[in-house]
Amino acid sequence: MVPLFYYLVLSGILFACGVTGFLIKRNIITIFMSIELMLNGVNLSFVAFAAQWHALSGQVFVFFVMVVAAAEAAVGLAIIIAVFRTRETLNVDKVDLLKL
Amino acid sequence: MATSLNDMMQTVPQWSDYIRILPEIVLSLFGMAVMMLDAVMDESKSQKALGAVALIGAFGAIGATLYQAQYPFGYGFWEMVRVDAFSIFFHFIVAAVTAVVILASFEYMEVQRIRAGEYYGLILFGAVGMSLMSSAVELVLIFIALEISSIATYILAGFRRRSATSSESSLKYFLLGSFATAFFLYGVALMFGATGSTSIFAISRSLESGNISLLAYAGLAFMFVGLGFKVAAAPFHVWTPDVYEGAPSPVVAFMSTAPKAAVFAVLLRVIFEINSPVPTRMWLIWIVAALSMTIGNIAALVQNNVKRLLAYSSIAHAGYILVAFAALPSSGIPAAMFYTAAYAAMNVGAFAVISHFGGEGERYVTMEDYAGLGKRSPLLAVTLTIFLLSLIGIPATGGFFAKFYVFSAALQANLVGLVIIGVLNSAIGAYYYLRIIVAMYMHEPKQEAPVAPIPMGAGLALAISVVVTIYLGVIPGRVLNYAQQSVSELTPVGQVVSLQAPHAVEARMATNVKKALAH
Repeated sequence: MVPLFYYLVLSGILFACGVTGFLIKRNIITIFMSIELMLNGVNLSFVAFAAQWHALSGQVFVFFVMVVAAAEAAVGLAIIIAVFRTRETLNVDKVDLLKL
Repeated sequence: MATSLNDMMQTVPQWSDYIRILPEIVLSLFGMAVMMLDAVMDESKSQKALGAVALIGAFGAIGATLYQAQYPFGYGFWEMVRVDAFSIFFHFIVAAVTAVVILASFEYMEVQRIRAGEYYGLILFGAVGMSLMSSAVELVLIFIALEISSIATYILAGFRRRSATSSESSLKYFLLGSFATAFFLYGVALMFGATGSTSIFAISRSLESGNISLLAYAGLAFMFVGLGFKVAAAPFHVWTPDVYEGAPSPVVAFMSTAPKAAVFAVLLRVIFEINSPVPTRMWLIWIVAALSMTIGNIAALVQNNVKRLLAYSSIAHAGYILVAFAALPSSGIPAAMFYTAAYAAMNVGAFAVISHFGGEGERYVTMEDYAGLGKRSPLLAVTLTIFLLSLIGIPATGGFFAKFYVFSAALQANLVGLVIIGVLNSAIGAYYYLRIIVAMYMHEPKQEAPVAPIPMGAGLALAISVVVTIYLGVIPGRVLNYAQQSVSELTPVGQVVSLQAPHAVEARMATNVKKALAH
């Protein structure tokens, strides 16, 4: 059996990849995919912990997370389309009417 | 393992379970009704009617909350939600803010030429999430509630679809909000790994038994980052000014108060339940509170756009509320609750004024536009002045007592340094709020065109906000007493709660056994 530690490290790496992608990528769709990667990293650790604690609940949470991620994707892509219609770009650096 | 045994014995929700989520049920039903009616009604006439249905829904939620307050407190749905004075307090804030925002939106939608019934539906659905957040005592339910409220507000922020700023604000809110949610969720996963449970009370009990692992600390830190984003506390605040500037003003009124109140409710539960055995929380909250107050107030000094200015001010106010979090639970919890209520009243009011004055396309939002408003529309100027004075914290307004309780709670906990930073910040804050007031009364108007008269919906919204702001400033006793009452239910180290929780399980098991025997 693969030890719990390995799963946790992998999920940590996935999460970190997501965070890095979110911070350095410039395409809105890629940024959005990075967020999904973060959520999947979390899912992996949920499942690993569920196996460790012999608690089924951890696996059930993953379904909830997936459902929420799907809802987020639906809304997110709609927002991205709305932005594309007004600005005709998917580069976050060019979406800068509101100064940061 | 008592919970899983209980699960096996009782798989059908009881009547009392439904009563524990009555406000959420009412809001969902009315939200769905709005969506259905929107599909069948004639689009040119439906707007006011749909708004009215939504308004009834919001008042229905207030009624449901009052009913819950009469009903015995306790858990519902296998200890997923808990109705107590604490959750009722926040339910009430959320439902009231929803009602006022719907009132303020009536004419706004007409002026902006937005025809969309789902606007009201989304406000109600968002309110469902916020209410659920304040009564949830289980981290995964909190996550789902947080997402219900966030997803609804992401869409609302982009509701002026043809305006580039509005969709940009929606995009920024969505990306950073989902980013924060992922952090919160990772915290939940780590907490689950550390304790084997996601119930706040079970986690608290497990941590009390000693040896707090690194996982638990990491979990708490991640959760704090995620929630910090949602309440716009520095250093997680960068999205706030952009989102508030671009989003429709009534939506800003909504999302700067109701979701924040709900997330503060979650933070109060999480911090004072889970974190109570960990004394090191103090310095972390200390730093975040001090940073939020300072960054918010100093950045607000140089703003020329009033919406942006109030966005920075909302960061500062999140800092004031967090001061109470660093204090002792007995005085800190009611102080934070009172502050949330007062802030909700005055900020909703201020944004209601802005959304009326902005006009079509929200053109009038800069300091120059507000010059001479005292002459052009004395009534609007007076109401805005009341809200701004309350935001400063002038006596006889809700803002004064809110700040007073927070700072005295901090002094009781011996946080002199934090109180000094807070008071200095209040002085800085007074400058930029007064700048608006000075512009309204002392400067010559840039244009003489009369301001549109205050319509009925917005007028009612403003009247309610003014009355509540002044009520909280003149007779704060009742609200504060109710907030204090909830402390005994949300006690530190779970003294009362952890005694009650097994008891509730036992009682329910006993009734189940009786039922099984009767069969």
